[in-house]
Amino acid sequence: MRFDDEPLIAGEALPILPGHVSHGRLERVLRAGAFAVTAEISPPDSADPHEVYERAAMFDGYVDAINATDGSGANCHMSSVGMCSLLTRRGYAMVMQVSARDRNRIAIQGDVLGASAMGVSNVLCLTGDSVEVGDHPGAKPVFDLDSISMLNMLRKMRDDECFLSGRKLTEPPRVFLGAAANPFGPPLDYRPQRLAKKIDAGAQFVQTQYCFDIDRFKDYMAAVRDLGLHEKAFILAGVGPLASAKSAEWIRTNVPGVHIPDSIIDRLKAAPSETEEGLRVCVELIQEIVEIEGVHGVHIMAFRQEQRVAEIVERSGVLGGRTPWHPGLASGQTEM
Amino acid sequence: MSRTRYWSVRNARWLKTLYASVEWLLIKANPLLQKIGYERLDRPFVRIEKMTKGVLLDSQSCGQCIVSFTGLSCPMNCPKAMRNGPCGGVRDDGTCEVKPDMKCVWVLAWEGNKRLSNDGYPIQVVQPPMDHRLIGHSAWLRELRLKTRDPAAASSDEI
Repeated sequence: MRFDDEPLIAGEALPILPGHVSHGRLERVLRAGAFAVTAEISPPDSADPHEVYERAAMFDGYVDAINATDGSGANCHMSSVGMCSLLTRRGYAMVMQVSARDRNRIAIQGDVLGASAMGVSNVLCLTGDSVEVGDHPGAKPVFDLDSISMLNMLRKMRDDECFLSGRKLTEPPRVFLGAAANPFGPPLDYRPQRLAKKIDAGAQFVQTQYCFDIDRFKDYMAAVRDLGLHEKAFILAGVGPLASAKSAEWIRTNVPGVHIPDSIIDRLKAAPSETEEGLRVCVELIQEIVEIEGVHGVHIMAFRQEQRVAEIVERSGVLGGRTPWHPGLASGQTEM
Repeated sequence: MSRTRYWSVRNARWLKTLYASVEWLLIKANPLLQKIGYERLDRPFVRIEKMTKGVLLDSQSCGQCIVSFTGLSCPMNCPKAMRNGPCGGVRDDGTCEVKPDMKCVWVLAWEGNKRLSNDGYPIQVVQPPMDHRLIGHSAWLRELRLKTRDPAAASSDEI
């Protein structure tokens, strides 16, 4: 999708529309009422920019924004700032993930100013996985902030145009603020309230943990609607393809916060091709999620299966014929 | 140690009342305390807090206590030092993702909150980032100075 006021050079900022906080395409798509699709790009263990461009190109025409992860699972990869720097130059809409695990308030505020200057319009505030689960378990965990105090700090930078210390900014970071949510972790009855607190602290969009347990997600959304939260923030449900029953079992035991019901694992085991079945499960989940009131999009996390995102989006029909902007989109080709 | 912590959350209601009376006494005694000097009182107060809060709540002496917002569950026992609620990694049985033999401090906090109030949960108040300069100092004296409007006690970083 192209907007009427597209910049002539890809990578230059779109104007901020009235009522919007950012230059970003994601905010525009969501506020226009379209069902948005975002996807997570896995950062390379490499200093080669072409690896980043190649991975991003796999999503061309299928996603509205790309999440650059920040040492997810407490494993070391190319930084999210670096990924965003490369991809915003080509005009991609980036969601820069920022984890409180590795950097304190001084570093984070500096990074967000720099990111905004590079054209990053969306920041996802995360507390981050604990260092013990990653590949450098002896590292010093920082946790100077948590996701909520980070949201509050960045909103202050944007809206009050100053640092946390009160020192003035000459130009604030124009960022659309996001948060993560896990509807599936204890205390279950607190989770909708937790989302309310994140929204209160500044979250404008939310990307959830993998939704494999659709019944529990529906219950969560019912509670979210009761609190009116779906009208205060845009909620994107997390989905992803499972590669096999074995990998599903591994994820369930080893990745904190991911819940996969037995029924899904049994279904994978019974299928002639587990990988194909994993993709089918993902497509069906998206089709169910689209029908849930108050959900504004899906966030596809296809770890090491990025090449399958296009097929997932295509088969689920979630874009309804819409083609999200990408660098190869010739002018005037597709309108919303 | 964690056993006393679980006990305190279960008994959050009257423990909170008990603290309220301690606070009332401190406010009454404030003119005297002020005369002695807060700096001179800091160390004895830290000792008293360690013997009470430390034993009962497993308090980690961050010097800026927020247990009245967390159902008396000290959030500094969270390996991620989260002061605003549970992370997404809590295990199905309510234990911590990092320390599987410990109950998540925020699962306890939510239990404590439900005991302390019926609506308008204090757990929903957004907590500012910690002031690391206050670690190891008396939280009660700071609270007292904030309550009696001593501007020097307010953190410069507060949002």
